[in-house]
Amino acid sequence: AQTNSSRRPKEERRVRANDREYNEKFQYASNCIMTSKYNIITFLPVNLFEQFQEVANTYFLFLLILQLIPQISSLSWFTTIVPLALVLSITAVKDATDDYFRHKSDNQVNNRQSQVLIRGSLQNEKWMNVRVGDIIKLENNQFVAADLLLLSSSEPHGLCYIETAELDGETNMKVRQSVSVTSELGDPNNLASFDGEVVCEPPNNKLDRFCGTLYWRDKKYTLTNQNMLLRGCVLRNTEACYGLVIFAGPDTKLMQNSGRTKFKRTSIDRLMNTLVLWIFGFLVCMGVILAVGNAVWEREVGSLFQSYLPWDPPVDNFLFSAFLSFWSYVIILNTVVPISLYVSVEVIRLGHSYFINWDQQMFCSQCNTAAEARTTTLNEELGQVEYIFSDKTGTLTQNIMSFNKCSINGQTYGEVTDPLGPQPKRLDFTPFNPLADPDFCFYDDTLLESVKVGDLHTHEFFRLLSLCHTVMSEEKSEGELVYKAQSPDEGALVTAARNFGFVFRSRTPGTITTIEMGRPVTYTLLAILDFNNIRKRMSVIVRNPEGKIRLYCKGADTVLLERLHPCNHELMNITSDHLNEYAADGLRTLALAYRDLSEDEWEAWSASHRCADKATDCREDRLAAAYEQIEQDMMLLGATAIEDKLQEGVPETIAVLSLANIKIWVLTGDKQETAVNIGYSCKMLTDDMTEVFIISGHTVQSVRQELRSEHVNGTGGGEGKQLQCPPPPPPPPPPPPSNLMDNISGEFALIINGHSLAHALEADMETEFVSTACACKAVICCRVTPLQKAQVVELIKKHKKAVTLAIGDGANDVSMIKSAHIGVGISGQEGIQAVLASDYSFSQFRFLQRLLLVHGRWSYLRMCRFLCYFFYKNFAFTMVHFWFGFFCGFSAQTVYDQYFITLYNIVYTSLPVLAMGIFDQDVPDQRSLEYPKLYEPGQLNLLFNKKEFFICIAQGIYTSVVLFFVPYAVLSDATQSNGVPLADYQTFAVTTATALVIVVSVQITLDTGFWTVINHVFVWGSLGSYFTIMFALHSQTLFRIFPNQFHFVGSAQSTLLQPVVWLTIALATAICIVPVLAFRFLKLDLKPQLSDTVRYTQLVRQKKRKPGRLGARGGSRRSGYAFAHQEGFGELITSGKNMRLSSLALATFASRHSSSWIDTLRRKKHTHAHTPPTGAETAVKITYY
Amino acid sequence: MVKQEKASANRPDNTAFTQQRLPAWQPMLSAGIVIPGFVLIGLAFIGIGVALFVTSRGIQVLEIDYTGVEQNSPCFPCTDQNRKNCVCDVNFSIDTLFQGPVFFYYGLSNYFQNYRKYGVSKDDYQLSGDLSYFKAPSSTCSPYEYDKNNKPIVPCGSVANSMFNDTFKLFQIVNGAKKQVSLDGKGIAWWTDYNIKYRNPSVTPLKNAFNGTVKPLFWSKPAYELDLSDPANNGFINQDFLVWMRRAALPNFRKLYRRITDGDYAQGLPAGNYTLEVSYNYPVLSFGGRKKVVFSNVSWMGGKNEFLGIAYLVIGSMCVFMSIVMLIVYAKFKFPEED
Repeated sequence: AQTNSSRRPKEERRVRANDREYNEKFQYASNCIMTSKYNIITFLPVNLFEQFQEVANTYFLFLLILQLIPQISSLSWFTTIVPLALVLSITAVKDATDDYFRHKSDNQVNNRQSQVLIRGSLQNEKWMNVRVGDIIKLENNQFVAADLLLLSSSEPHGLCYIETAELDGETNMKVRQSVSVTSELGDPNNLASFDGEVVCEPPNNKLDRFCGTLYWRDKKYTLTNQNMLLRGCVLRNTEACYGLVIFAGPDTKLMQNSGRTKFKRTSIDRLMNTLVLWIFGFLVCMGVILAVGNAVWEREVGSLFQSYLPWDPPVDNFLFSAFLSFWSYVIILNTVVPISLYVSVEVIRLGHSYFINWDQQMFCSQCNTAAEARTTTLNEELGQVEYIFSDKTGTLTQNIMSFNKCSINGQTYGEVTDPLGPQPKRLDFTPFNPLADPDFCFYDDTLLESVKVGDLHTHEFFRLLSLCHTVMSEEKSEGELVYKAQSPDEGALVTAARNFGFVFRSRTPGTITTIEMGRPVTYTLLAILDFNNIRKRMSVIVRNPEGKIRLYCKGADTVLLERLHPCNHELMNITSDHLNEYAADGLRTLALAYRDLSEDEWEAWSASHRCADKATDCREDRLAAAYEQIEQDMMLLGATAIEDKLQEGVPETIAVLSLANIKIWVLTGDKQETAVNIGYSCKMLTDDMTEVFIISGHTVQSVRQELRSEHVNGTGGGEGKQLQCPPPPPPPPPPPPSNLMDNISGEFALIINGHSLAHALEADMETEFVSTACACKAVICCRVTPLQKAQVVELIKKHKKAVTLAIGDGANDVSMIKSAHIGVGISGQEGIQAVLASDYSFSQFRFLQRLLLVHGRWSYLRMCRFLCYFFYKNFAFTMVHFWFGFFCGFSAQTVYDQYFITLYNIVYTSLPVLAMGIFDQDVPDQRSLEYPKLYEPGQLNLLFNKKEFFICIAQGIYTSVVLFFVPYAVLSDATQSNGVPLADYQTFAVTTATALVIVVSVQITLDTGFWTVINHVFVWGSLGSYFTIMFALHSQTLFRIFPNQFHFVGSAQSTLLQPVVWLTIALATAICIVPVLAFRFLKLDLKPQLSDTVRYTQLVRQKKRKPGRLGARGGSRRSGYAFAHQEGFGELITSGKNMRLSSLALATFASRHSSSWIDTLRRKKHTHAHTPPTGAETAVKITYY
Repeated sequence: MVKQEKASANRPDNTAFTQQRLPAWQPMLSAGIVIPGFVLIGLAFIGIGVALFVTSRGIQVLEIDYTGVEQNSPCFPCTDQNRKNCVCDVNFSIDTLFQGPVFFYYGLSNYFQNYRKYGVSKDDYQLSGDLSYFKAPSSTCSPYEYDKNNKPIVPCGSVANSMFNDTFKLFQIVNGAKKQVSLDGKGIAWWTDYNIKYRNPSVTPLKNAFNGTVKPLFWSKPAYELDLSDPANNGFINQDFLVWMRRAALPNFRKLYRRITDGDYAQGLPAGNYTLEVSYNYPVLSFGGRKKVVFSNVSWMGGKNEFLGIAYLVIGSMCVFMSIVMLIVYAKFKFPEED
């Protein structure tokens, strides 16, 4: 499998059918796949090699090697090897299990049976024995074993149908057709003598392209993707087919596509790496200081002290001693960044991911899907999102299409006359049409009447809908039709036609059978002019039973209306009006037209089409030109309008998210009107907005002008819309102060078109675009391509340095999902590609608010608290050695017992902080949804940044000073009550270690805000384990077994029985903790955070509700979400007025609490004068307390 | 029903744990807890501090430096490296009764027993009486592993080699005559050191175990002759040896030499003149060290320790002070909103 990469540069691949000897010359990969990475022998070396590519692991290995040098080793080797071995073995076990399952699945796949044509007869072979050049037979519902060239099929014209779900996630069926010459081969006997040679491109990962030529009997035949059956597809609706293996095993497109996805890192990750580097720098500094100290000491004192402590023979001068001392100190000070940091961070993230997976409130019972954190390493970034890029279709909307309205020959149908009147009756189609779909809803009976009376236009309209599509039908039992459509729009249209009496029944490659008003009709399908994004239309050319040839076309109005026959002018105007109406209602529209073709026209075009089809170069362009040629002078039939339903809770979610200061951009491929309409219906755009800018210029110049005019309007406060006659470009606009632009947000909205966006994204205009767009509260980009979606995301990432989240459900969102910091996939109807590319997936847009405001916020909070505490505890632990260095001749003597050093990070202090990192909550979940402003600290990155880091470090160093100098001052003169001095090394070590464990445990109890049973168990358990393990390690039993390993025998009892020792520990603890406590209390009083206030309010409320009982549980939690949801936002959203008030109230609140405490003081004095006279309920709620 | 069950097959479990609704205690730094807490801690610390301070004041300590740096000091002649078996008398007087039991320490300064390589320079197997390590001491003992003739040193290593070997005799001058104060050397080492950590090889006589080995270079007599009078105080379990082997954490340290608990002096050292007869063997001047003897009595909290009491008083007062500050802040900023 590995060898193929070396062959890749080869220009082409030659495969001769039924000629294994010939093909073997090229050494093509066999069909045996190996996704597994290891086997039993290679596992250990390969896995270790991979693991040591992690910088952290290599670093610890380096330390281990240092420790093995006796002159340097200041710590036993096991202090490093125990944690390292633990980490390596856990990772190895995980890798091994993963690989075992890969082996299993590989085996299962490789041993699948397939029928191979060998020497003229079909033989069963395992997949892995299939070779390139073999001809294999596939039967219905079988998986395709390798990338095959379709040779012949049981169906006419060499057609066969495949499902590509495993390949690209699309569940609809696709058609493949063999080259006509081979389709005649048919049975195995003919195929056995087939000796064609295929010359084609080398293996690649492009699923939708194939380029090759078949040489057979001195003729050339062009091969395209249309002739290929790719591995991973399933054969459907086809009895059997034969294919020639072109690519096998690892060369197949499926395997070529299974590359690793790009690894995303969070900003905390990056910050952490920077900090770790700084700490290494710090460590080196410490090492240098101590080494210099050692040099001085050795020169001044050590050289004289040689009578009692001679220098080691290799150490003959103080400089060399200092050099060794440097490395010794690197070893003992390395615990500032222990290996457990990385492990703990991963464990915490994994825990948070499980909480996301387990969340019932993110479970959708209709689709039976729970939320899934597919990437476990991004959770805390969910708490820092500033920009959300959302797809519209399937994300904001349900992507359930219903045929809602139509316009036929200038007459519009489907209008519900009076929205306030009685609910119109749903039409019952069954008496009229036994084949009708019972789920179909339509209310306007005039359309049905029109069909019944036999209106020709109406009939032609529905005939078009029943013929012009790529839907596949399956008839499970007589009359029970199931349509498999490529897009839900198409399904809705065909279903509509079905209910109105034009039932699409079945299709063969050359025919379409329909039942028109109860009468079966079979049309000959002459050509399908397929849909693509550029053409935005599709056509079919059919010959009806009477022999007339007609082209039916449906497509986007903009495209189709240009191609009509001039005589349609009047009808076109009326239909355009209808189309505009539909678009204004947020409906998706298509225009329908037909064209009659004479036999001659058809023949002529058919010839040119064939010619284009066979072209080897620029085939697609030529085909498009051929299509263009015939899709002219069409007759307009009418237009359809399909309703795209909003998902549940979308407006509320958007309102909550924008209150949380998250900017939401909608990027959609839909047309502007639809997009704007959806914008209004989901409350992104409101009538209260000062202005809605629309940029739709086609040229660079016009786009720039539009942008600038809006810029001016925006900053000037909006004197009115001047889009129609843009003012002359102002003299180079002063670069707007970005904070000014930020200040005016909330009042403007920007809508930009795809072609304008293309200009706006150009290098010279992008800053202008970004500053304008970011000043707007809502941004909608319509008609954008998937690539542009990604470009917009990249633009914001580049210019705003903000955390971006992209949410989408379709294949067109994949690029955006991959380029955003966080990609969210909606597991909806449009296949699973978006989900596969995403980091998080769930089935409803509204779950986004819970993902961000609850899970994201908590994750961020927990991770920040974890990191702060973690760095603190390790600095407190390690820096004691530094101070001790000044008293022990800088000899890298550790303060603690080596076992304590080994176990401190992995046993004594790991679990409490892990429990905090996993379970901590500052405010309950419903409060974070109720007060979206609580999300802000994450966006501003307030909880863990360089400043916070230095505070933690400072606290850690302070603690280390206390922990060293208090025992130093006390113990140097103290004695036991029997007169034995306490100043011996072991007593000192035990005292300092105990004080350290107690201080960091008290600190974690202060830091933990949410004490579950688990926290209690971990905190008390860790303390207990410290004493238990210490007594065990200092016990006689262990000493008797390993006298030279357990020097500390008896120290624990002897030390901890002394009252002075406990007084020392208590003193050190008080000196460390009291200032922290006082500082936190004063901060809480003078400069409370919003979360503190929310928490406090809740506490007060609970006390009031249940007098005499302190709140032991956080709030009422039964159905808190729904309740808070209603109370907070039901009213709020229905009137935009309320929403603004509350956001104002929140804004004033936030600014109040982020100002300095002096301001707070001043404000308190004027508090009566300043009470905002708001009537809004939320405002009252927040200023209450 | 069945269909419904199937539809929610993927539904996550509704448990307090998975839904993050475990009952939890959410403490808040409320004024009602913090301020009284500070007052309580403060008062407790002040109380302890006063007790410690008073107790510490009651402890008597007498320190005498006998290094002999100054020319007129009694031990100055002994600082000459060439003089063997030098003895000097250090005279001192006590004004009031030195309350018993009195503990007699020797102290060294600028002496780095806590140096890493010094600390590891011993062989724990050897010291626990394992005879195989008598023949081949552990390499950690280097350079005191073998002597010049390549004979193993027992006990090996720097720690043992540098054992303090000054000895003292204390006399009270009663009516011009010297009356020896009996010194008790039992139980001055840790119980675990004496009973577990250090073991003589189970060979009688002890001397035989040391066949083929040499004594540490600095020692005047081999380990099995440290105390010939008492086999329970000889060899590796000699109390003075154990005291020395328990290395000090800091460069200035004192170690217990003897207790004065017997006979006439059980109640303490009465006021009067005393002579300390020092047999001066241990050179410290070469590295700027100092030697001293310390007499001290102890209380429930051990020896004299002024720092602890003062520190407790300071921290206690600061807690009380902080609680007042917090009360003011709280009254100013919280009370109006409570209404």
